[in-house]
Amino acid sequence: MNYLIKGATLPGGRRADIRIEDGAIVLIGRAGAAEGAKVVDADGLIALPGLVDVHTHLREPGREDAETVLSGSRAAAAGGYTCVHAMANTYPVADTAGVVEQVWRLGRDAGYVDVRPVGAVSVGLEGRHLAELAAMARSAAQVRVFSDDGMCVWDAVLMRRALEYVKGIDGVVAQHAQEPRLTEGAQMHEGVVSSQVGLAGWPAVAEESIIARDVLLAEHVGSRLHVCHVSTAGSVEIIRWAKARSIAVTAEVTPHHLLLTDELARTYDPVYKVNPPLRSADDVEAVRQALADGTIDVVGTDHAPHPREAKDCEWAAAAFGMTGLETALPIVHQLMVETGRMTWAHVAEAMSARPARIGRVASQGRPLAVGESANLTLFDPAANWKVVPELLQTASGNTPVAGRQMRGRTVATFYAGRPTVLDGRVLEGVAG
Amino acid sequence: MKHLLSAADLDHDEAVAVLDAAERMAATQAREIKKLPTLRGQTVVNLFFEDSTRTRISFETAAKRLSADVINFSPKGSSVSKGESLKDTVLTLGAMRADAIVVRHPASGAPSRIAGSTWTDASVITAGDGTHQHPTQALLDAMTIRRHLKAGAGDLAGRDLAGLSVMIVGDVLHSRVARSGVDLFTTLGAEVTLVAPATLLPVGVETWPAARFYDLDRALAEAPPDALMMLRVQRERMSSAGGGFFPSPQEYTREYGLDARRAAALAPHAIVLHPGPMNRGLEITSEAADGPRSVVVEQVANGVAVRMAVLYLAMTGEKEPAV
Repeated sequence: MNYLIKGATLPGGRRADIRIEDGAIVLIGRAGAAEGAKVVDADGLIALPGLVDVHTHLREPGREDAETVLSGSRAAAAGGYTCVHAMANTYPVADTAGVVEQVWRLGRDAGYVDVRPVGAVSVGLEGRHLAELAAMARSAAQVRVFSDDGMCVWDAVLMRRALEYVKGIDGVVAQHAQEPRLTEGAQMHEGVVSSQVGLAGWPAVAEESIIARDVLLAEHVGSRLHVCHVSTAGSVEIIRWAKARSIAVTAEVTPHHLLLTDELARTYDPVYKVNPPLRSADDVEAVRQALADGTIDVVGTDHAPHPREAKDCEWAAAAFGMTGLETALPIVHQLMVETGRMTWAHVAEAMSARPARIGRVASQGRPLAVGESANLTLFDPAANWKVVPELLQTASGNTPVAGRQMRGRTVATFYAGRPTVLDGRVLEGVAG
Repeated sequence: MKHLLSAADLDHDEAVAVLDAAERMAATQAREIKKLPTLRGQTVVNLFFEDSTRTRISFETAAKRLSADVINFSPKGSSVSKGESLKDTVLTLGAMRADAIVVRHPASGAPSRIAGSTWTDASVITAGDGTHQHPTQALLDAMTIRRHLKAGAGDLAGRDLAGLSVMIVGDVLHSRVARSGVDLFTTLGAEVTLVAPATLLPVGVETWPAARFYDLDRALAEAPPDALMMLRVQRERMSSAGGGFFPSPQEYTREYGLDARRAAALAPHAIVLHPGPMNRGLEITSEAADGPRSVVVEQVANGVAVRMAVLYLAMTGEKEPAV
């Protein structure tokens, strides 16, 4: 099936029709008759290159009670994504070629997005021995991003070795920056609110000290470093300094760290428990500014589904994490675009082009142009909708924005020329 | 007042009303027959996820003096991984038609989770949650302070703690007693001073409505207290992350302990409080604990009156007791 998207607004602001044939964009401009193509009315809709998430937890294998590659892929498509990087903290851990190939195949079978497995840096995420990074890189999954996310590669020597080793496979180490000794038992951001509600503090310095060490290591060995979920103003300053020194560091911020603050911990509702924790209003402003000025390169969701029982309990017993794939673009729209801090072209960079480059995904994050693979999404900035967890595609209900109004919604998503979402509905049986 | 989750839930007039109610309850306890029929037929569950014989028997005594049926339940596990979940425990108690649940839990906010949930309709009274709050402790401390330092001009009813200086010394970081006390005493108009090594003060304490000192002797000289509260220091604090929060018990005692010398330097009218149980020889010496200024035993007696008042106000929905 061929498609003709009529009257979309391109990231640069120009209105155009987009014709898709045999999986590729064959025309951008003024199209004539449909010529047998299915017509998609995109009047008033923003066309963006398909979004790419550098940080997703799909939970399969092992925690299919929280999410599967299929349910997570559907959530990604519903949010406008055509590619996600599936983090390695599964059961078993994605630290071998066998596990990453399994995840990659599950993604291909689901057919909604490119599922790019992230390989563990260390065996079992234990921070002691390097996993077989080259085997994962040379597997069918072609892993390029390596991360112990959920755990910090705290040992400076192991981190150095990992940074050095990935140079040979054009890889990148994505660090979950959390000094473990400073965060033993930590429950929330350490500051005014934690002092009052009596939850053990997760100090900003525990993130910042690791980032400072890691950018210096990356400089020393001349390798690529990606910093996951930057959450503090101090981290932003360190990354800004590192970039000024031309250190090859990229950084990510989550939608929830752009939107929410530690004040929510006063509710003791563990849906707001996340790692790194929600920070102060000053930190939120700093990460917004950093995303706008490019110090933070990308928005990564850190979509972290959990079954209900993991959150239906007291705060200290609850799991860390919140979902985000289906609400990321509306949140960025509201906070960054409507406020004039980012253009749509800038959003396309931060949510598609740069994350694809970080992950070395050649077919993704490409501009909307003739000859490119047709990965794109159509976003209605005028649509208002209320988040109802039960109506989302993710298999888990731990969204931190339940009940909130979202500004804008994904109307259609095309993955390699085939629609995965049309008229705001996720399609069935998309696997080709 | 349906629930009492935090001392910060009480505004000035509400806090004074609880203290007045507690005084009326205390007056009934001087009678030959101490038991009141007020809560006959109602059920109070003491749900204690943490051991605390003292607080539990205080609540149990209070409920029984009001003729409520009392059930004590001390689940072993306190998390999803360690046995029955909090939710299932509370659902079970709800099914048994508990009218009030008195909760002590090692996790900060657990009582708030119960009160804010659909798991039960019962009144929820916090009896200490993690390092968050212990509001009835603050109320009994306030009652004790008011009795000693505000009784000069006749009737106590309606009086607050305005003009008094309350000093809290010790492990503020981990102390729900300190958090509740700062909230309640300042609500009642007192000036609060905290004294501790910086390792035992939380980051963010600078925003609390309290003065701070690292040096106890200097604090006693510069902000002489009318009421001096010594917090319990848990010995395990010396062996936790980072090698401990202070170097040794001997050093802690020298720097922050209340001994006869420091007690003698207090103003003549000043009183000494301790929430118990005391580590004699660590944060307080026996001379100070048993000395003429010590009101520690009286605090325990006032605890029963305060808990009677809180149970009464929460379970009947009335503003003041008809006793």
